[in-house]
Amino acid sequence: MFTLAIRRDDWSLHRKGAIDQARHMEKVKEAIKRNLADIVSEQSIITSDGKRLVRVPIRVLEEYRFRFDPEAGRQVGQGSGGTNVGDVIGRVGSGRGPGVGPQAGDEPGIDYYEAELTVDELGELIFEDLELPNLEEKRLRELESEAVRFTDIRKHGPFANLDKRRTLRENLRRNAWRGRARIGDFSNEDLRFKTWERDIKRESNAVVIAMMDVSGSMGTFEKYISRAFYYWMVRFLRTKYDRVEIRFIAHHAEAKEVTEEEFFTRGESGGTRASTAYELALQLIREYYPPDAWNIYPFHFSDGDNWPSDNERCRELAEELLRCVNLFGYGEIRQGRYTYHSTLMHTLQRIGSPKLVTVTISEKADVYQALRRFFGPEVGREVARA
Amino acid sequence: MREGMPNAIAELERRIGEIWEVGERLGLRPLPVHFEVVPATVMYEIGAYGLPGRFSHWTHGKAYQVQKTLYDYGLSKIYELVINSDPCYAFLLETNTLLQNTLVAAHVMAHADFFANNAYFAETRRDMVDIASLHAERIEKYEFTHGKEEVERLLDAVLSIQEHVDPAASETSTRRGPEQRRRSSTPYDDLWRLEERGRRDESGGEERRPATTPAEPIRDLLLFIHDHSPILEDWERDVVAIVRTEMLYFLPQIKTKVLNEGWATLWHARIMRSLDLPPEEHVEFARLHASVLQPAGRRLNPYALGYELLCDIERRYGTEHLFLVREVESDVSLVRNYLTEELVERLDLYLYERRGDELVVVDKDWEAVRDRLANELGGNHIPVIVVEDGDYRGNRELYLRHIWDGRKLDLPWAEKTLENVYRLWGRRVWLETRSDDGTDPLILSYHPREGHRQQR
Repeated sequence: MFTLAIRRDDWSLHRKGAIDQARHMEKVKEAIKRNLADIVSEQSIITSDGKRLVRVPIRVLEEYRFRFDPEAGRQVGQGSGGTNVGDVIGRVGSGRGPGVGPQAGDEPGIDYYEAELTVDELGELIFEDLELPNLEEKRLRELESEAVRFTDIRKHGPFANLDKRRTLRENLRRNAWRGRARIGDFSNEDLRFKTWERDIKRESNAVVIAMMDVSGSMGTFEKYISRAFYYWMVRFLRTKYDRVEIRFIAHHAEAKEVTEEEFFTRGESGGTRASTAYELALQLIREYYPPDAWNIYPFHFSDGDNWPSDNERCRELAEELLRCVNLFGYGEIRQGRYTYHSTLMHTLQRIGSPKLVTVTISEKADVYQALRRFFGPEVGREVARA
Repeated sequence: MREGMPNAIAELERRIGEIWEVGERLGLRPLPVHFEVVPATVMYEIGAYGLPGRFSHWTHGKAYQVQKTLYDYGLSKIYELVINSDPCYAFLLETNTLLQNTLVAAHVMAHADFFANNAYFAETRRDMVDIASLHAERIEKYEFTHGKEEVERLLDAVLSIQEHVDPAASETSTRRGPEQRRRSSTPYDDLWRLEERGRRDESGGEERRPATTPAEPIRDLLLFIHDHSPILEDWERDVVAIVRTEMLYFLPQIKTKVLNEGWATLWHARIMRSLDLPPEEHVEFARLHASVLQPAGRRLNPYALGYELLCDIERRYGTEHLFLVREVESDVSLVRNYLTEELVERLDLYLYERRGDELVVVDKDWEAVRDRLANELGGNHIPVIVVEDGDYRGNRELYLRHIWDGRKLDLPWAEKTLENVYRLWGRRVWLETRSDDGTDPLILSYHPREGHRQQR
């Protein structure tokens, strides 16, 4: 016995699938946020062109249960004939289908779950509560972030902005006045339009001077870390602020201004004189960015292995910088070298200015901490209080 | 099916009538089936939830998303979906061709016959679609009263051990002791207790200790937790019961996947060949049938395995015996009793393992393949975990034991799962298994204050 019917939508009226799917995506996002520190310094992201999708493994979303160790033991497989002992039938981690959206792994032995995001989406999560700290109002040009808000209703306007609900209500009301409460016989006086305001948040001009040590003592790890930091910093500034200028300075024993591309790709060698970078920064400030008109944020990344004879000069110049900038960020990358103390860090810290924010990075995951240390929501308040 | 919908539907109906005629003549005795032609969205939603209208949880959303993605990119099509109920609900994809849906209908008829006649399905509730909807309503109500997050956290924990149910454990077998006493709620209850008090005095100190140590180890973790958890509230116990009821419904399907799909494939082929189809559709059918039996990468194709096994059985023992197999076997017994050296060779089955980054074929011995297969199929991929003591150390701690069969547990996962068990038990939870080589006992335990511990 059987019956046959055609149904279109009855089973899915409740839209449960879509709702649970949304909740699942929410959990994916939460999981990513919890893992940001690891994700931020992912090589595949930093070296990507920023357009590609990045795969983010998520462990938190595993559906844990009692199971046998998937790594141990043998499994039954099926070939299409003539398979022999010793044949290699696959490789771990290969053979995934074209990746789209989050997908569960189906390889035996690896139970991973990964989400795919664009770098922009990832950036949104990272930058959520970051800001340029201690921004002051300065004269001249304004740095603006603009938003359009529909805030009011008017009787005239472009039809694209017609407020249909209000228009219907007006029509109904007018008809009701005439004793027939119905919708119809529209006239111009029924029409209602939404109008907007340009919501401009006025902020002052800002310039970021990104300085990076590219000397011989900067190893692969050190260079990678500075790049990772600046990579996200640049993305952060471009995402959050319409107009903020960024100047790039690379230095070893001498400093020079480079293009963004050179900054991220070029390697140099030689000794280290950080003072040359500070000098160049001061020169840029004098020439282009008078402190009464500009918020200035110099950042410097180095392994701290500065020529000892140069440290005194560095301190003087840093003090001069600190007098005209909003915040001076210094990041020192010391992989497993905690012992010696004759570093640039030590020199700078003796200055003891609240505008000087320093951070030590010893592993990849610290990059995220550095971003939060320099741009986190509490930084501005601290500096302002001091 | 899109082209000239009403005509196609009329034709499909005519064909299903013919299928039923042929199938019944050949000996199939299916449950009544209600077919519905639905769009893909409905299909993959039901596919992800296992049952229409089932309760809401993000894991279902995850399954839904996977299904949807695969479908959207043409990587997989769910050709058929049939629910074990009375009547069975079968779903036909509106974008399928007429021939595809004809084949699916024949396939479905054999599934409906299997549901009706296989011993493992004798106890399943055929009104599960309604029950699942009621469950969903109740869970929605709990979400309203206790908050979505609270319910989600509870479900996370319960679902993580949902595989550990036992159809043989009856609803009341583990329940004795304090629960019954607590039930009393009239002002005169103490009158009834007079009698009990006398008895309790005789048993001395026994009375203070709730009888939560099962006489025999219990395989049904959900039932034991439902009956004896020291901390769960009534609504939480209900959620445990809901998950357990639904799991018991799905269990026979897990146990008979290969047999059931093999049975359906065998009969769809046989029925289709007896239908009066235009020649070009016969070609399409042959192609479709071949694609059903194709090996899928290195993964075992349950359709092909079941189909070949059943064809072989019929060849060796006759059609009557085939119907007996459909009644009494499960995947494990099917493979144990009927897989032969020739079949292993023909299906090109082998054992492989991971060496470094490579997956390498390591054995083609048919008995080794058979034994391993019996360990993977029919729910045997789930470790057997039993409750040994619900009052361990006299402190109502929960002591679980993994019944060792030579396969070691994934320990990090076991620890995470223990955290979930703790959420349901509220006292320290223990799990005894064995170390890598299987010789020494290895005991895991978890309590949030002290974290995870391992002792040998």
